[in-house]
Amino acid sequence: MSDAILTLDNVTKVFGRADKPVYAARAVSFALHPGRTLALVGESGSGKTTAARLIMREYAPDEGRLLFRGVPLGKSDAKALRDYRSSVQMVFQDPFASLNPTHTIRYHLERPLKLHQKGLTAAQRQAAIVELLERVKLDPQLIMPKFPHELSGGQRQRISIARALAVNPQVIVADEPTSMLDVSVRQGILNLLNDMKAELKLALLYITHDIATARYVADDIMVMYAGQIVEWGAVDRVLDDPRHPYTRLLLSAVPDPDRRFDDVRFADELGRVEEIRTLSARPQPETAQAGDNHFYRPFPAV
Amino acid sequence: MSDPVLSVRNLNIDYVGAETNFHAVKNVSFDIAPGEFFGLAGESGCGKSTIAFAVSRLHRPPALIRTGSEILVSGRDVLSLNDADLRKFRWREVAMVFQSAMNSLNPVLTIEAQFYDVLRAHGPISRAEAHARATELLKLVDIAPERLDNYPHQCSGGMRQRIVIAICLALNPKLLIMDEPTTALDVVVQREILQRIDVLRKKLGFSVLFITHDLGLMVQVSDRIGIMLEGELVEVNDAQTIYRHPQHPYTQQLWASMPKLHGEQTRREPVL
Repeated sequence: MSDAILTLDNVTKVFGRADKPVYAARAVSFALHPGRTLALVGESGSGKTTAARLIMREYAPDEGRLLFRGVPLGKSDAKALRDYRSSVQMVFQDPFASLNPTHTIRYHLERPLKLHQKGLTAAQRQAAIVELLERVKLDPQLIMPKFPHELSGGQRQRISIARALAVNPQVIVADEPTSMLDVSVRQGILNLLNDMKAELKLALLYITHDIATARYVADDIMVMYAGQIVEWGAVDRVLDDPRHPYTRLLLSAVPDPDRRFDDVRFADELGRVEEIRTLSARPQPETAQAGDNHFYRPFPAV
Repeated sequence: MSDPVLSVRNLNIDYVGAETNFHAVKNVSFDIAPGEFFGLAGESGCGKSTIAFAVSRLHRPPALIRTGSEILVSGRDVLSLNDADLRKFRWREVAMVFQSAMNSLNPVLTIEAQFYDVLRAHGPISRAEAHARATELLKLVDIAPERLDNYPHQCSGGMRQRIVIAICLALNPKLLIMDEPTTALDVVVQREILQRIDVLRKKLGFSVLFITHDLGLMVQVSDRIGIMLEGELVEVNDAQTIYRHPQHPYTQQLWASMPKLHGEQTRREPVL
């Protein structure tokens, strides 16, 4: 698709010593499109957050490149980085840690406006803050003077989203935005993300280990293990017909009230946890197509 | 039915405040049978952890159990135990796996020393006997005995969680309380651990009080489930009934707010 706003092209990021490298991202390629949500799922340590940090340009790739609106991103100074971040914003996992406890909500929303939209008058900023809070379904007059500790986890996460929206971004990276919230609160945040995507034509990268919520918000999905995208495509195609053994293992472990623990479906994968993990951690350079908009990486022949 | 391992009757717990008290647990009663896997579900602040702490008498002021409340473990009144009896009661009768159990190991002691600590506190035991017992316990949770020489930071999160469970089983407790034991772990590891608990309780015969907000997971492992809302136990039923024919409107709403993995996808509105 040519309308990609942000593209990762064969990006590799390695940590650790040269003789014992840890591939946090291995030849990762994907693209984000306006008005579409891409979910990135995988367990802890699979490289999901590294992908987010590469996009936020907190890390530079060791190999490969990032393209923004088709233009490769090179080394950038502070100003270029600030410009980039007024288009690409992030919502973090922990709504308790990502707001400054000593500042009011009003301050949290005013700062990005001051920094990224310098032409605004105080009255315009005030109007913008009210609009942002209404957009995330909070009562502006009630919420603005409050401090983070006076809000619930769900309210705080709405503030994080409002803060990200303050700069009129085109891309939002949401890293586990609901994993610390109760099920019932979670739903409201997911609906909010869905509405934002549709109304503002945002390109959304939704990072999670919860496949069921990924299906709820995403159009496309990628499954990551040991720094590699092992399977990707349209969300229902991947979940209804998983091809990579790791995707199947992940799906078998998702809590599903329809299956008791003694159920034998996916028992094959569950009996091979260690083997699947070992094999999935090796480089899998080949790509196979399972159907329209559904790809996976077969294990290389031994 | 044989006598319950745990019997909770009219349990009322307040968090005492300067001006008002917060009534956190309201008149809760339930039983857990020998060998039974009982799930207690509800959202943050509904009182489920407060109950878990009360059962092992770990609650601290400002939490206050009202008179008239009753907690019996194998027929013994837990609330009237004195300090010496309480020490014997914990671990031997009831053991608890905490929410961030993988962080509840002492970082400066080897795994073996932590087993020895528990075993020695509950009876005379030599180093050699303790070593043999620890080896046996680690085998239950599928961890190699060489790990006894390790420090906690040398083990993965899932491994540490299994070690904590092994330590909890050291004195053959009748009841294992698990308060959100796997929330910090990824789904594959979570599944492995719960499956192991399920096998162990069938083999060793202990009962489990399992606390989580993940209703889907709970239905998969539990025999019976209690649903809590704002301090009240609003529904208790066998797991399949809770899933297929939930009686209380709140239980129905909880299911309605959970996205599905397959089949039709409709917009779901938040509960409450």
